[in-house]
Amino acid sequence: MRVLAAMSGGVDSAVAAALAVQAGHDVTGVHLALSPDRQTLRSGARGCCSVEDAHDARRVADELGIPFYVWDLAERFTEDVVDDFVAEYAAGRTPNPCLRCNEKIKFSAVLDRAQALGFDAVVTGHHARLADGQLRRSVDAAKDQSYVLGVLRPDQLASAMFPLGSMTKDRVREIAAERGFAVATKPDSHDICFIPDGDTRGFLARKLGSRPGPVVDAATGATVGEHDGTYGFTVGQRKGLGVTVGDQRPRYVLGIEPVSRTVTIGTQDLAGIGEVRTGVPTWTGPAPEMPFAAQVQLRAHAAPVACEVAPGEDGGLRITLAEEQRGVAPGQSAVLYEPDAQRGDRVLGQAAVETACEREETVRH
Amino acid sequence: MTYLDHAATTPLLPEVLAAMTEQLGRVGNASSLHASGRAARRAAEQSRERLAEALGARPSEVLFTGGGTESDNLAVKGLFWARRQADSRRRRIVVSPAEHHAVLDSVEWLAKHDGAEVTWLPVEPTGRVTPAALAEALGDGADVAVVSVMWANNEIGTVSDIAALASVAREVGVPLHTDAVQAVGQVPVDFAASGADALTMTGHKLGGPMGAGALLLRRDAECTPLLHGGGQERDVRSGTLDVAAIVGLAVATVAAVGSREERAARIADLRSRLVAGVVDQVPDVQLNGAPLDDRIASGPGRLPGNAHLSFPGAEGDALLMLLDARGIECSTGSACSAGVARPSHVLLATGADTDRARSSLRFSLGHTSTDADVGAVLEVIGPVVERARRAGMNRR
Repeated sequence: MRVLAAMSGGVDSAVAAALAVQAGHDVTGVHLALSPDRQTLRSGARGCCSVEDAHDARRVADELGIPFYVWDLAERFTEDVVDDFVAEYAAGRTPNPCLRCNEKIKFSAVLDRAQALGFDAVVTGHHARLADGQLRRSVDAAKDQSYVLGVLRPDQLASAMFPLGSMTKDRVREIAAERGFAVATKPDSHDICFIPDGDTRGFLARKLGSRPGPVVDAATGATVGEHDGTYGFTVGQRKGLGVTVGDQRPRYVLGIEPVSRTVTIGTQDLAGIGEVRTGVPTWTGPAPEMPFAAQVQLRAHAAPVACEVAPGEDGGLRITLAEEQRGVAPGQSAVLYEPDAQRGDRVLGQAAVETACEREETVRH
Repeated sequence: MTYLDHAATTPLLPEVLAAMTEQLGRVGNASSLHASGRAARRAAEQSRERLAEALGARPSEVLFTGGGTESDNLAVKGLFWARRQADSRRRRIVVSPAEHHAVLDSVEWLAKHDGAEVTWLPVEPTGRVTPAALAEALGDGADVAVVSVMWANNEIGTVSDIAALASVAREVGVPLHTDAVQAVGQVPVDFAASGADALTMTGHKLGGPMGAGALLLRRDAECTPLLHGGGQERDVRSGTLDVAAIVGLAVATVAAVGSREERAARIADLRSRLVAGVVDQVPDVQLNGAPLDDRIASGPGRLPGNAHLSFPGAEGDALLMLLDARGIECSTGSACSAGVARPSHVLLATGADTDRARSSLRFSLGHTSTDADVGAVLEVIGPVVERARRAGMNRR
């Protein structure tokens, strides 16, 4: 097959490209330039879009003897991922930009372009298993990235290759070392690639400016403080609230109301979520018949919980959780899994959280 | 493999390889006083004389450098500094926006860090700078430090009439530098006859080695050095002479200039067949730069080996990749270290819109180009453009 390897300059995508070559595919490497103002050198362990990262990717491609190009997708990335990220926060929601990038950039813009140019598939270094059109968790539970791929549709999965899903991260580094790749010991990238200093709040403050509003205690309805912008908060957040309430018990962000810019906080007993209502779901295969039992993962690194999935309003889902969860933020993806200890939990689909509430009670944002 | 990127670099001439290999086997620092040093110096100075003769310069006007980028930096910064030193009013640099980045970025660095003011010369749609435009930009020239206009454009191949421009500059007493990296060996270049004060040339565009170039600098031109040290090269460019590279540079220059007429005619013919063949298959293709048969006073108005084309609806980097996959090597413009395709600043300077600039491809033919190379392109260009257009439509 003619395969396009998306190469970030990290060890995962380097080994994925190498395995695709080894499997006998006709591989071409592509580095995606996503940042409009690229730094010359990487700063810290974050990010993947500096010129140095492109150089790292090119070094591997040259060792593999495959053609290598840089595709400038900065404009689309800014529109579809960065602007969306900012807008979501401005609307009081908590987006997952990696998921958005997979949905809109890697398996949309890049895949479309690759197919138009005559490629059959796009191979990436994601840690997830993909066989017979079924997307499953990686064998390396700690590195599993199936959550951020949960948004892919069957047609996208049909043209995707994830050769790393059946091996641990340690094994990936071993392969890179065996092949003499300089990136074998390159640190993992963390957090959000377009916020290289890791200061999300600072990034949003620069984009959105000061938008002050009240911090309200859910129990009393009293205003207990002021904030500079709701974008500094995420539902479930405990640290950095900037207020202390009389009884000194820890408070959590329960809700964010962007119009009045109200951040509602409350104690742990109020923070539990028993039911999640979502927007319109996407499915990795045929839509399952509802209702059905499944597991749901509500954040990138959250543990999955058992749930019951039923139709909700406006084509969305109503997901009833078997145990209460904290920190379920509107905007995050609820990724549904079918547990399978043998072959790896299978990703069924995902939907963005619209509202999270205590079971059968009032909906709150 | 079909190599049609000679403007990026062209294969080493066999006689250059032989001469350099012989010299590399010899010990000797050209600045040393003993017999080995004298032998090295003799080789370097013979090369200087031969290169000077081939380019209509005096041997003392030849400063060996590490290549085109260094020569451009030395000329632009060195002339600016020396001229301003002599008269602090001279802060203005008059330059074309279609220059190579070695000139542009030097100028912009001086503007940002050293108080230079930049006057951008208007260019014609062909990319050419006219004497009238230069005269207007110079005014009485009292506040101008230096003018820089390239002899032939590296992307679109347009040749400017340097003699006419130099004469305009001379009238108001302003030195003119010209980047002739692409011109030497392709069109007639005579330093003395051109009236330019400084001229950049490099080895690897004409069959010589990489990392070896020269700045031709008139004896009366004051130029502040970039590199200080042992005082080699008229005290303007210190550093131990790379004798083998210098030998290679001279052999290549003499050969390229000597065979120019015959080779240019042959290459121009191949190039014109290439363009005609592409037009046949892609009727809406646009030729950038001057017409193929354009003439100016000093000779051809366009480099004989240059075919710079825009394919509406396709992206240059998609075309390049598809051609690369079919064994055809060309370029979207000047190579960029970051590897990110940017719309060509040269095309934008000529007034082209971003789409046209992004959809362009440069084929550059050279001394090893053959009929079969042209045939190879024509065999695939139709389907390649069609496919790239399909990919282009997916873009928003």
